[in-house]
Amino acid sequence: MSDFAASRDGYGHALISMSEDPKLVVLEADLGKSTKSCWFREKFPERTISCGIGEQNMMLVAAGLASSGYKPFASTFAIFTERAFEQIRNGIARPNLPVHICGSHGGTHTGTDGSSAQSIEDLAIYRALPNMTVMHPCDDYSTQQLTMKLLNHNSPSYTRTARNKTPRIYEINDPRLEIGKGVLLKSGSDVAIIACGVMVSKSIEAAKKLSEMGVDAAVVDMHTLKPLDESLVYELASGCKGIVTVEDHSVIGGLGGAVAEYLSESKPTILRRVGVRDRFGESGQAEEMLELLSISTKDIIESALDIVKME
Amino acid sequence: MGLSRLNGLNDDELVEELKEISRKCRVEIIKMVYRAQAGHPGGSLSEIDLLTALYATTLNVNPKEPKWNDRDRFVLSKGHASPGMYSILAEMGFISHEDLESYRVLGGVCQGHVDMKHTPGVDFSAGSLGMGLSFGLGCSFAAKFDGSNRNCYVMLGDGEIQEGSVWEAMMAARHHELGNLKVILDCNRIQNDDFVESQMRMFNIPEKWSSFGWNVKEIDGHDMYQIIEGMRWLNENNDLPSVLIANTIKGKGVSYMEDNPKFHGAAPNEEQYSKALMELGEAI
Ligand SMILES: Cc1ncc(C[n+]2csc(CCOP(=O)(O)OP(=O)(O)O)c2C)c(N)n1
Ligand SMILES: [Mg+2]
Repeated sequence: MSDFAASRDGYGHALISMSEDPKLVVLEADLGKSTKSCWFREKFPERTISCGIGEQNMMLVAAGLASSGYKPFASTFAIFTERAFEQIRNGIARPNLPVHICGSHGGTHTGTDGSSAQSIEDLAIYRALPNMTVMHPCDDYSTQQLTMKLLNHNSPSYTRTARNKTPRIYEINDPRLEIGKGVLLKSGSDVAIIACGVMVSKSIEAAKKLSEMGVDAAVVDMHTLKPLDESLVYELASGCKGIVTVEDHSVIGGLGGAVAEYLSESKPTILRRVGVRDRFGESGQAEEMLELLSISTKDIIESALDIVKME
Repeated sequence: MGLSRLNGLNDDELVEELKEISRKCRVEIIKMVYRAQAGHPGGSLSEIDLLTALYATTLNVNPKEPKWNDRDRFVLSKGHASPGMYSILAEMGFISHEDLESYRVLGGVCQGHVDMKHTPGVDFSAGSLGMGLSFGLGCSFAAKFDGSNRNCYVMLGDGEIQEGSVWEAMMAARHHELGNLKVILDCNRIQNDDFVESQMRMFNIPEKWSSFGWNVKEIDGHDMYQIIEGMRWLNENNDLPSVLIANTIKGKGVSYMEDNPKFHGAAPNEEQYSKALMELGEAI
């Protein structure tokens, strides 16, 4: 549990693990070394399609393959999948073709390239598309396992992975991991923290500190944002005073958005969303970025305390 | 235009001066990437002779008034090669040499990819490839609408021209006959993962631009005589958009980086750093 790993590695391992399926095809756009599809390319060059620096073309090539019975997995940086948004919308989601898109280096907890490379809206835009499954796992093992489940998933998906190594949360082959089912990592009765991606380990850290302060916080890894595990959210809302959502993403339309939409219609509950507050980031170290954007462990704790202290 | 101290020099003297400026820029590039332990040395070293000549002899800009409306525009479309641009901006006086230390540092003037909101002298926020030519086209239209004879120069990478929208812009620039749009193409034959040849073969690049109706000239992008000749050619051709295709070596000037895909986006370690500075004629 104390190991560190990057979720993008899980994607690379998953591709290799699925290689026995002759219908698997891997597509890349000059970022295979970064998204880790390069591992598959090394072993199976004949089933890897290099699209050059051409994301729009890549998405529709994948759609054509899917329409012909192949199982395309296409990856680039999260931000550059967005370059092909309309191709994904009209060419993949609308005809409901099972193309599996992986956007690596998502969020602000990434390298020092700066705001142009920090996707803080990918989860929101793909959530808005009918037919799309949207995931953001928190470590390499869960990414590998969830990606492998996509092989027989008959509709399109978008999975965000992260660049940096963060604490590993799962053991290999954890039976709790299912697409569309959140995982309760720690139960708690005062407040529930629902997180995704690199913020899951931060949330566990926050829950530990909260417990030292006498606050009992539940922690959930909501690796699937769409379909949202509504019954789990309902349960948490019923058992706790309030909910904190935590994501390395805009508070608009991502995990916080999804939970807010559900709760406000179905189970009005006190909610705090920890996420990027409608601004762009800049160059800096990953941890500095979380602090700059008020999405650090400290911010999770403050939001939880805010709820607990409410009259 | 350019650096006033270079005015009146003959070509031999000019070439010597430019070589020394680009040598100093190369040193700064290596220092920036080494300090940050991140960044893109390869494409910065391949473009720097071109950028040096462009800024020092051609571009009509004023460091004291970086937002002067009638300045020539320069768009670094391959914005990851920012250390190259920052080093020449410092030589020109747009930013200080201390500013170079803020490369990739929180709150820094020098962001990882060139950013017009952070750095004086930067006209385009890059980072996503294949966007600069369209933006430059817009700048060229604006110059035309203003009745100004300012030019817009765009630096492209040979990998990034794989983006389809680059070809949309090429088509549009010719259609609208924007002769004030001037492209410098850094053909270093390498992109991110590997050689261009293995990622997406481009075949005959000059022929492709010609067939889109552009003025085309090919040069050796490290031969300073050919480069200044190329800059003059760009400025003489104002009827149609023009592209100067520069054959370069990625990582030029640092032996172990030359023609090596590994140094597209990797920093040297301590030992490599000393070796680089030594090769560039700089004592540590
Ligand atoms: C739209 C987009 N896709 C992918 C990338 C990631 N990327 C950064 S640099 C690079 C290679 C660029 O190669 P080239 O244009 O030849 O530049 P140079 O060799 O001069 O560094 C890639 C793929 C990006 N920045 N933008
Ligand atoms: Mg190149």
